[in-house]
Amino acid sequence: MSEQKIDGFELKPGFKGMASDTGSDQTMFKGVHWGKAMMWIFLLSDTFVFSCFLISYMKGRGSTIVDWPNTSEVFSLYVGGVPVPLLLIAIMTFVLITSSGTMALAVKYGYEKNRKMCGWLILATAVGGLTFVGMQVFEWSKLIHEGVRPWGNPFGASQFGSFFFMITGFHGFHVSIGVIFLFIYTYKVFAGHYESKKRGWFTKMKGDYVEIEILGLYWHFVDLVWVFIFAFFYLW
Amino acid sequence: MEETNKMEETTKKEEQTSTQKIGIYLWIWLLLFVLSFFSYMVDWYQFQGMLRWSLILFFMFLKAGLIMAFFMHLFWERYALVNVLLWPMTAIACFIFLMTAEFKYTLFSRFFYFVVGGA
Repeated sequence: MSEQKIDGFELKPGFKGMASDTGSDQTMFKGVHWGKAMMWIFLLSDTFVFSCFLISYMKGRGSTIVDWPNTSEVFSLYVGGVPVPLLLIAIMTFVLITSSGTMALAVKYGYEKNRKMCGWLILATAVGGLTFVGMQVFEWSKLIHEGVRPWGNPFGASQFGSFFFMITGFHGFHVSIGVIFLFIYTYKVFAGHYESKKRGWFTKMKGDYVEIEILGLYWHFVDLVWVFIFAFFYLW
Repeated sequence: MEETNKMEETTKKEEQTSTQKIGIYLWIWLLLFVLSFFSYMVDWYQFQGMLRWSLILFFMFLKAGLIMAFFMHLFWERYALVNVLLWPMTAIACFIFLMTAEFKYTLFSRFFYFVVGGA
């Protein structure tokens, strides 16, 4: 959340503000921490990576003359002998949204300098992410047992496996990296690195709770990508 | 006098960095749950055809928009940042458009040569 006033200088809102920010012969993203701007630009590039995966999936699925596997059957779980379609995926979605919510609150409490609350919420986010990765491992092993391979599967078009492992694997990798960083930042917050102004990552600058917002941006992005994967790969 | 001035200044500064009310996050959170539940219901009731695709896309874009606008704070950011982030997305739309034409052509040639057996 950028501030509307910097050094007593009132910034213009809206598109006029955009024009004057861009043409100010100064830093363009006014009131935005450099780390946050860099994280956004990284996320933009990551958006293109995931878009390429999903577009290639669209191209692969659209051009095969064999029927695509019925995802609501492939990903169903048996509960008491009755198949429930997409049950595990639905639970995974809810877990990830829960962790996204706790992250948003952690950012808020961080800016309010509520150290304990911020730390616990980041820890809760990390646990949510870990649960998600665990369920994904279960899902992968179940599918591998059923004979799904990158080059073929018993349910339909042979491209299914390669797209499934590539897309969910790359997303799961993002979640795993995020979980590692969430645990590191849980430690940093509880240890009071932002109160003692200990220096941050790869920089001489003093640490600040804005780092929690930057971490939050990454985590929300992971959730955002899952929204698209859930819609295009599982529901479509 | 100077002391109070200083005090005023610090409170002002704190007000500037003040965060959004907790209610807005909780509402967005709840909305995301409800929307996810609805998009799961699309599969549960096995809606098919145009109804299915439009519902899936509607819930997807609504969820993505809510996450970006409120959880990622884009709603409160300055336009200089928002526009730098959102305009490149049009390139993705172009790419989708191109690849749609491409897969239709590939599908056509596969049917033509594999199924029909060529001219």
